[in-house]
Amino acid sequence: MSKVRVLVGTKKGAFILTSDGKRDKWEVSGPHFTGWEIYHLKGSPADPNRLYASQSSGWFGQIIQRSSDGGKTWETPGGGMQMAPGGMPAGESNKFVYDTSAETGRPLTTHQWYDGTQHPWEFKRVWHIEPSFTDPDTAYAGIEDAAIFRTTDGGKSWHELPGLRGHGTGPKWQPGAGGMCLHTIILDKSNPQRIFIAISAAGAFRTDDGGKTWKPINRGLKSNYIPDPHAEVGHCVHHIAMHPSRAGVLFMQKHWDVMRSDDAGDSWHEVSGNLPTDFGFVIDVHAHEPETIYVVPIKSDSEHFPLDGALRVYRSRSGGNEWEPLTKGLPQSNCYVNVLRDAMAVDTLDSCGIYFGTTGGQVYASADGGDNWSPIVRDLPAVLSVEVQTIL
Amino acid sequence: MIVVVLPQHLRTLAGVPGDVRLEVKGQATLGSVLDALEDRFPMLRGTIRDHGTLKRRPFLRFFVCSEDWSHESPDTPLPAEVTSGKEPFMVIGAIAGG
Repeated sequence: MSKVRVLVGTKKGAFILTSDGKRDKWEVSGPHFTGWEIYHLKGSPADPNRLYASQSSGWFGQIIQRSSDGGKTWETPGGGMQMAPGGMPAGESNKFVYDTSAETGRPLTTHQWYDGTQHPWEFKRVWHIEPSFTDPDTAYAGIEDAAIFRTTDGGKSWHELPGLRGHGTGPKWQPGAGGMCLHTIILDKSNPQRIFIAISAAGAFRTDDGGKTWKPINRGLKSNYIPDPHAEVGHCVHHIAMHPSRAGVLFMQKHWDVMRSDDAGDSWHEVSGNLPTDFGFVIDVHAHEPETIYVVPIKSDSEHFPLDGALRVYRSRSGGNEWEPLTKGLPQSNCYVNVLRDAMAVDTLDSCGIYFGTTGGQVYASADGGDNWSPIVRDLPAVLSVEVQTIL
Repeated sequence: MIVVVLPQHLRTLAGVPGDVRLEVKGQATLGSVLDALEDRFPMLRGTIRDHGTLKRRPFLRFFVCSEDWSHESPDTPLPAEVTSGKEPFMVIGAIAGG
């Protein structure tokens, strides 16, 4: 019997929602890590019981949690398990220190601050953890201030891939309203050397050599809020999605504009089409229909809630441009929540399930590709992220 | 024996129900008591002091004998009241949040 596990990160803890393949009855586990911000948690494709969680706090900083039993129990890898030569346990799992080694030839630079001055890179938190397709002990972390780190020992230690931060445009990167975060990491199952990432507000980048070197992939993006709307970097990319079977076809929700690339990001064109507003945060792709994509339009960059107080998911079955509102089961009046960038996911059951969480604490699910929606839970803390595991 | 009082979230993270009692070798200083705390509870590394710089995290403060030691040098020796365990070394989180 297939099973679905929905991993929900919130402002005050993590929750795990489970159901069988019918997806009509749910069990709720949590809060885990009560009182902490859980920016993201995600399961390993290579071992569904291996989960990683990013736990953080303005007071106490960053913690990495790991589960080996599908979220029933958790541990801080390296925090008491791994013994240093002196017999003391070594705690490295939350150590995200920028690479300033001479070997990289990439000294730590400064980046652009909100007022245009240069500002030192400072680690704040992990926004996103992306486990490897093939190895449960390998995962990538996207952090604020923007950089990408990798663990190959199950989260005990993390090391920067410094070629991204140091490739030359770093001094032009600037924080978005939420900070200068690396929030999107997409691995390419068909090409292990290729990784896509996105940073607010720097834009999208790609490596084709396993993370040694990176290039900006922002041609075609137009951002009227920066001095040069067509600049190589400086774009506030909110999220990117890619269907696993269509490597190189990317869909982007930018600050404003929904964009598409058919050449792995080398060029982009707008597919906002008939959307009532093309501002938003989330974007995702149907599990079995690579041209079916979903967004949740938000009124504007200064009014982070749905247009007219009506929560509507928009679906395009043509890879963009032609969009239809999906409203059945969603509140159509007096709804002023937001749906944050990592808070939408899909399952891979035959009838594809779509899930998203709101800043009002609801997690909505559709077991029929978006035609009908119902809340799994309604009163969680503000939802920061939603991921789904389909366990067959 | 030095008694360390931690905020609730750090007690939970360290898996301790209450105050922590530490032995510190040699002259106990602000820095050496934090070193001893992190040696015994490695999951606390990075939560009180930044991993890279070892600077105190901005929303945390240190109190010793009712005095604010947040800006003291790590090499400052702790007073006898603390090293004898009579008074605790306190790590306190700022009162703020939502």
